[in-house]
Amino acid sequence: MVNTSNLAYAYENEQELAFPDIELTPGEHLLVIGPSGVGKTTLLYLMAGLLPPLRGTVSIAGTELNSLSRNEMDRFRGEHIGLVFQRYYFIRSLNVSDNLRLRQSFPKDSNDKQRKHELTERLGLTEHLNKKVTALSQGQQQRLSIALGLIHRPKIIFADEPTSNLDDANCTKVIDLLKEEAEICKSSLLIITHDLRVMSHFKNQVIL
Amino acid sequence: MKLGYLAFRNMVSKPLNLLLSLLLLSLSVSLVTFALQLSRQLGGQLNKNIAPFDMVVGAKGSPLQLVLSSVLHIDVPTGNIKLKETSMLQKHPFVQTAIPVSYGDNYKGFRILGTETGYLDHYNAQLSEGELYEKSFEVVIGSNVARRLDLKIGDHFISSHGLAASDVEAHDEHPYTVRGILKPTGTVVDQLLITNLESIWEAHDHGEEDHHEEDDHHEKGDHHDGDDPLEEEGETLEEHDEEKEITSLLVKFKSPLGMVQLPRFINENTSMQAALPGFEVQRLMGLLGSGVQTINGIALAILLVSGLSIFISLLKTIRERRQELALLRTYGLRTRQLLRLALLEGLFLALIGFVLGWLFGRLAIWGVSQYTQASYGYALQITGPDKIELFLLGLILVLATIASLLASRSIFKLNVAKTLSDA
Repeated sequence: MVNTSNLAYAYENEQELAFPDIELTPGEHLLVIGPSGVGKTTLLYLMAGLLPPLRGTVSIAGTELNSLSRNEMDRFRGEHIGLVFQRYYFIRSLNVSDNLRLRQSFPKDSNDKQRKHELTERLGLTEHLNKKVTALSQGQQQRLSIALGLIHRPKIIFADEPTSNLDDANCTKVIDLLKEEAEICKSSLLIITHDLRVMSHFKNQVIL
Repeated sequence: MKLGYLAFRNMVSKPLNLLLSLLLLSLSVSLVTFALQLSRQLGGQLNKNIAPFDMVVGAKGSPLQLVLSSVLHIDVPTGNIKLKETSMLQKHPFVQTAIPVSYGDNYKGFRILGTETGYLDHYNAQLSEGELYEKSFEVVIGSNVARRLDLKIGDHFISSHGLAASDVEAHDEHPYTVRGILKPTGTVVDQLLITNLESIWEAHDHGEEDHHEEDDHHEKGDHHDGDDPLEEEGETLEEHDEEKEITSLLVKFKSPLGMVQLPRFINENTSMQAALPGFEVQRLMGLLGSGVQTINGIALAILLVSGLSIFISLLKTIRERRQELALLRTYGLRTRQLLRLALLEGLFLALIGFVLGWLFGRLAIWGVSQYTQASYGYALQITGPDKIELFLLGLILVLATIASLLASRSIFKLNVAKTLSDA
């Protein structure tokens, strides 16, 4: 599902970052773990096509990202990749329901009400659908962030430090949620973290 | 979900920005539409009312005043002229028709005009019910008069002296009888009570006896000092034609030569003055036009400021929403779609601002109409958007597009990865 080879990236005036090759089969879960500052988020953005690599290639579901034009990349990412960010990004002018609906509308409009209903039901967001996103608690925002990462049934879910701000109980909960949801929509799951608590939850690990 | 919905939500999520931009925009739109409508409708009204007559002959004074009073019925007359003196005009080969008018009384603020029935033909006024006046103190009334004063055929009323509503000097010896009601004409006729010339003369013969007053507009001449009882019967009026006075004579030329020769002849060789309604109204509209231009200038300045306000408010929100825009890029929206999002927000604002401003402008026209209706009997029409206003809408949309695109330049440079990593 995800294959990288010889990936490297360099920020301006900074040392080159080289990454080990990553291989992920469909439906597989993988943990990429490493300390701060080794370029974990950079790796994730390279794999999601948000950054162009200095060297090397990324292919997702058989598609070589380098071969895609800018517009094709936007579309491919929107359709096949789900991103769960470390910080929570929402459209603040929309309520919870509309944020989810918006995610379903691009790049192609699916308007899968059933999917939205089931997902919000499982994530305990149903009674908050009409709330402003700013009115949600931290935990609710976390769950909405996860929902936005996978409501469109992506082939691969990339999660960036999903547990860094959580206590132990919630950390386990969020990891279980991600794994469960990834399984339900048959997505591959790749989590990037420096949080050692997560290690015990994954068999497949890459250490940076 | 459509981008338009998101643009709309984004727009209303900043109510204060929205309010400021809308306020400026609608202010400028309402100023422009109000000024244009007002000048156009006044111009239209005036031109319609003066159309039947080419020249007015009356007492010396201001020609504009003569036109305003005798043709448009919104000012006091310049004085009276002798009917006899106008006889040469009545027979002049250049003159098609010459209609004497005389007035000086009102009923509840509506002017009573003494004239020949030919006057009505000039305005194509037709009876909706009843018939034309035949005898003195019979009137036909304009549609607006009938409606506003709730007068019906056969009703009697007593006129008041002067042109403004008052009960002080009522001519109560001579009640008028309504004989006919006219169809609406959209002209000044709708605001008038029309009777024959004799009624005015007779009413004022009494008026002078009773009040012993000097009235420079309506005095019928010093020949009434030794009052002639016969004259009160209205049967020997013709014998005294030489002494009779009218307020003015409304002239329609047969030949354009009349326009060239007669006014100068009258002004130079008689004690009367000739005024050309077309010329005077054009002069008046010229004055009004410069006022309209000033208002338009001010409105244009406000429009530019409102464009600037749209630009600044969009620039600000786009900066504030950089992360949301980056998020949308990860959802698969292209740069072009983000631009469209900003553009839609600007265009919505422009459209709502225009509609609000247009409505305010019409509301102001309605307000002014209430006033002019009450004071001058002229009502203004509330009409749908016209060509110039649609052009204004186009201009505003172009302005909003430019403002939005200028404000959105940063979208081209949006670095999604960097924006989302920056804490």
